[in-house]
Amino acid sequence: MAGRWKLITKGFVKDNPTFALVLGMCPTLGTTTSAINGMGMGVATMCVLVLSNMVISAVARFIPDKVRIPSYIVIISAFVTIVQLLMQAYLPSLYETLGLFIPLIVVNCIVLGRAEAFANKNGVLDSACDGLGIGLGFTLSLTVVGLVREILGSGSAFGWKFMAPDGMLLFVLAPGAFIVLGYLMVLFRKLTTK
Amino acid sequence: MAVKSSFSNMILALGCICLVCSALLGLVNHVTAEPIAAANLAKTNSAIKAVTPEFDNVPSEEVMTVEVDGKEYKVYPAKYQDKIIGYAVEVMPTGFGGVIDMLVGFDAETGIIYNTSVISHSETPGLGAKISDTGAGSFRAQFDGMNPAATKFMVKKDGGDIDAITASTITSRAFTSGVAQAYKVYLTIKGEDAADVVTGASNQNWEE
Repeated sequence: MAGRWKLITKGFVKDNPTFALVLGMCPTLGTTTSAINGMGMGVATMCVLVLSNMVISAVARFIPDKVRIPSYIVIISAFVTIVQLLMQAYLPSLYETLGLFIPLIVVNCIVLGRAEAFANKNGVLDSACDGLGIGLGFTLSLTVVGLVREILGSGSAFGWKFMAPDGMLLFVLAPGAFIVLGYLMVLFRKLTTK
Repeated sequence: MAVKSSFSNMILALGCICLVCSALLGLVNHVTAEPIAAANLAKTNSAIKAVTPEFDNVPSEEVMTVEVDGKEYKVYPAKYQDKIIGYAVEVMPTGFGGVIDMLVGFDAETGIIYNTSVISHSETPGLGAKISDTGAGSFRAQFDGMNPAATKFMVKKDGGDIDAITASTITSRAFTSGVAQAYKVYLTIKGEDAADVVTGASNQNWEE
C-alpha cells in the first residue's frame, strides 16, 4: 500500500512531468492562458492517462515489441475520442471550455511516455496509481503556470478580477508562457536540489 | 514477456487492437449522437433566448433561410402570441482561429440590436476569446441597444464606431462584420434596401 501511495505522490515533485521530466511542453505552453484552462487541460489529461495506463498494462503482454508504439497510440487516441464524445454529450458546458484542448491530449508525450516507461512493465493497479500521480502533478503545474500568467497578464485569478487594468498582455501571449515557465522551472530546481 | 515480433503476430496484434478500438468508437458515437444533437439544439435555443425579447414559440423549429449577396443565412423568428417580436440572425464570419458562429438579435419593429451571442468560436484563449464575455465593459456590451442604421460597422482603427478588443483586432473586425451582415439580413427580411450598410468587407484579407 505504501508503495502505491508513493507512486501517486512522486508525480508532484520527484517525477513532476512539467518541471522535472520536462514532458508535454506543447499543452503546457499553449493552454495555460488562465488558471482554469490549465487545470481543465490537466484534469482531462489525467483521465486519459489513468485509463490508457490501465489498458496498456493489461494488454502489453500480447503486443509484439516492434508494433508497441502504434498500438499504444491507437489505444490512447481511442480513449481521447471517447472522452471527447462523452463530454460533448453529457457535459456540454465543460466541453465548451475544454473542447479545443481535448484532441491535443493524443499528442501529449506524457501519456505515451508513461505507457512506455511504466505501464507496459507493471500491473494494472500500479499503472492506474502512476497515471493518477503523474496526472495530478501535471494538473498542479499547469494550474500554477496558468495562475501566474493570468495574474500578470489579465489581472485576475481563476476568473476573479482583482485588478482594474488589464495587466501585461505579454504574459497571455506565447512569449509570456516561455518566460513564466522558465522562471518557475528555476524556482523548482532551486527548491528541489539540495 | 512480450510475444515474439513475427510478421503474423504483429499483423494480428495491430489488427485486433484497431478492430476493438473502432468497434468501441462506433458504439460510443452511436450512443452519444442523439444527446450531442440535443445538447447543440439546447445551446442554439438558449442562445436565441439571450438575443431576443421573451417569446412563446420554439424558434429553432420555425427557422427560415434568407439569401443575401449569394449567401444563405438562418433566421430564427421569435414570436409572442403569434406576432413576430424579434429575429435572431445566425452569421458565421471568419475570425483569427476559424469560423465564429454567432447570433445577432433584432427587435422586429425598430431593427435595434437586442443582444448578441456567440455559439461557438476558436479564437485565442485570453485574447480573441473575450468575444464570449458578457456584462458591463465587455466587448459585446457595446452592441446592446445599438441602432444599426446609425452605426458605422468598423473598428475604430479602421475609421468606424466599434471599440476593438485589445490585441484582437482581427477577431473584433470579424465580429463587427458579422453584426453588419446580420443587419443586412434583417433589412432583407423587412424588404428594405441593404446596399448602404456601412461595413468593412468581411472576406478581405486584413493585414495588421
